[in-house]
Amino acid sequence: MSLLEIKDLHATVGDREILKGIDLAVNAGEVHAIMGPNGSGKSTLAQVLAGRELYIVTAGAVTYDGKDLLAMAPEDRAREGIFLAFQYPVEIPGVSNMYFLKAALNTIRKTRGLEELDAFDFLNLVKEKMKLMEMDQALLNRPVNTGFSGGEKKRNEIFQMAVLEPRLAILDETDSGLDIDALRTVAGGVNALRGPERAMIVVTHYQRLLNYIVPDFVHVLSEGRIVKSGGKELALQLEESGYAALGIEDEEEAVGKV
Amino acid sequence: MTAVSEQIGTWVSEFTRQDPAAPWLQQLREAAFRRFVDLGFPTTHDEEWRFTSVAAIARKNFPVALPKLSEPRPLGSGPEPHLAKYASFHQNPFVALNTAFLNRVAVFRIPAGTVLEEPIEITYEATPETAVHPRTLILIGANAQCSIVETYKGEGRYFTNAVTEIVAGEGAVVGHYKIQRESREAFHIATIQVHLGRSANFSAHSISLGGALVRNDVNAVLSEGTEATLNGLYIVNGTQHIDNHTVIDHAKPHGTSHELYKGILDGQAHAVFNGRIIVRKDAQKTDSKQTNKNLVLSDEAVIDTKPELQILADDVRCTHGATIGQLDAESLFYLRSRGIGKEEARSLLTWAFAQDIVDRIKVQSLKDSLEGILFEKFHEHAH
Repeated sequence: MSLLEIKDLHATVGDREILKGIDLAVNAGEVHAIMGPNGSGKSTLAQVLAGRELYIVTAGAVTYDGKDLLAMAPEDRAREGIFLAFQYPVEIPGVSNMYFLKAALNTIRKTRGLEELDAFDFLNLVKEKMKLMEMDQALLNRPVNTGFSGGEKKRNEIFQMAVLEPRLAILDETDSGLDIDALRTVAGGVNALRGPERAMIVVTHYQRLLNYIVPDFVHVLSEGRIVKSGGKELALQLEESGYAALGIEDEEEAVGKV
Repeated sequence: MTAVSEQIGTWVSEFTRQDPAAPWLQQLREAAFRRFVDLGFPTTHDEEWRFTSVAAIARKNFPVALPKLSEPRPLGSGPEPHLAKYASFHQNPFVALNTAFLNRVAVFRIPAGTVLEEPIEITYEATPETAVHPRTLILIGANAQCSIVETYKGEGRYFTNAVTEIVAGEGAVVGHYKIQRESREAFHIATIQVHLGRSANFSAHSISLGGALVRNDVNAVLSEGTEATLNGLYIVNGTQHIDNHTVIDHAKPHGTSHELYKGILDGQAHAVFNGRIIVRKDAQKTDSKQTNKNLVLSDEAVIDTKPELQILADDVRCTHGATIGQLDAESLFYLRSRGIGKEEARSLLTWAFAQDIVDRIKVQSLKDSLEGILFEKFHEHAH
């Protein structure tokens, strides 16, 4: 059985249907890229998998590791190994990055039957992972994402992922707003986490990120459905001929090409 | 009206039951008591008390007890200069009542130029089933520096009616902290009256956690170039009622005031914030900022917030703003998506809301103990 199985998933926000029947199976060890123009439902899919209550699932089923994912609270999904790297990481003034991450890690470790880390071991772990992400340690004592630059926020997401070691990582437009150096660092952090036990879903608008994080499978999402699936060459093909070649409208494409 | 005179009547017998005092004090008590009888207890028809009914206090007949304070000081035979010169009993019946029962007063004199490293700590602990009228007088000389921590606590039912007068000389630097941790059945009415000299720097921190019915008045009169900061944090749940009234009176030019009051409301609690800022005709170049932020955690809690700006000068900068909000859904989801449980995430965000007020506390020991108290409180809220 696949680690993640999505069957005919429909989801709405307000009275608007965004996902109109998604089918997808992801096995451990695989990296799946989900591409598509703005408004195609990519981010909605990512948020629905993480348990955002804003979206209402109206039909379909999702199983994760054999369990009914849709019945689980967001925190339980995280404890079972799902991680969403947010497209727009949330600023939380008044809660330190360090306190937040330690609380998160120890909750997840407890679920896995591991001992909680004390302050010393936690700091050692965190220092190692920060080095990987080329992050300034001073960020640890700052409130979560507060006053971080766009690039710092994205690095912070992948840094959290490196500390929490999920089984299924969902990266929602992690490349947006990154310059090429930051993109390399972020991709390096993601690649270091690739492994036979871990699956990844990489949501992106552009092929650029996939030069650095090479996917095993590429799916093209349009108007809430997967309209084409293939190997990594599908991303290159999209880069060359655009979404339009697949008969998909992309208002942003013209801008993206400049 | 009969009801009103009956209510006052019990206070008359309490008043006459007092031991006789030195003539200067007896005169003061009598003048104040006469004024109290004239004013009576306020009703919600009174604009100043529109959202806060003190009928429950007026109905109770607690016998008057002497305040138990950490450093008691009976008043002497000679008049106490400054006492009752600032907190006027002509307008506020509770100040009048406090003055009518003047007995022990906590008096602190900080000589000019003195820098106190350690905070002055005053703790008033009420006795159950009594009415107490704590009175504090703090006189700070020119260029002196000090911090004062006033704590109010007790168990069971009682009525605390406190008045604190603070006078700071030119260039003095003063931090005042009031920690209200009364029992959940207590009535707490308090006035802090502050008079600030030229270029003095004053900060007040009012932390209100306990009490069934609470009213805090903080009134500050500024002089030329004075800088005043009024911070407040009120945390209420159940059927608690808290009313914070502040008056910042810019009497002279070049004064600066910053006011930040934050409230966390749960259950069926009711909170009131009324912030009046007066800029007198002479007070040009005044810079004043007022903010009141409220976090409402339940559907039944009620907040009434009202700024009152009376600006008579023309070259001033005054801003004010009030917000009422709930926990941010995106922040909650972000925390939960990292494995932090819903209740834990709620208490963490509630804590975060209060954080900046706690951060402004400069007395480290107080800050530490308050962090502990709030941490427990938010966990209890969340569960």
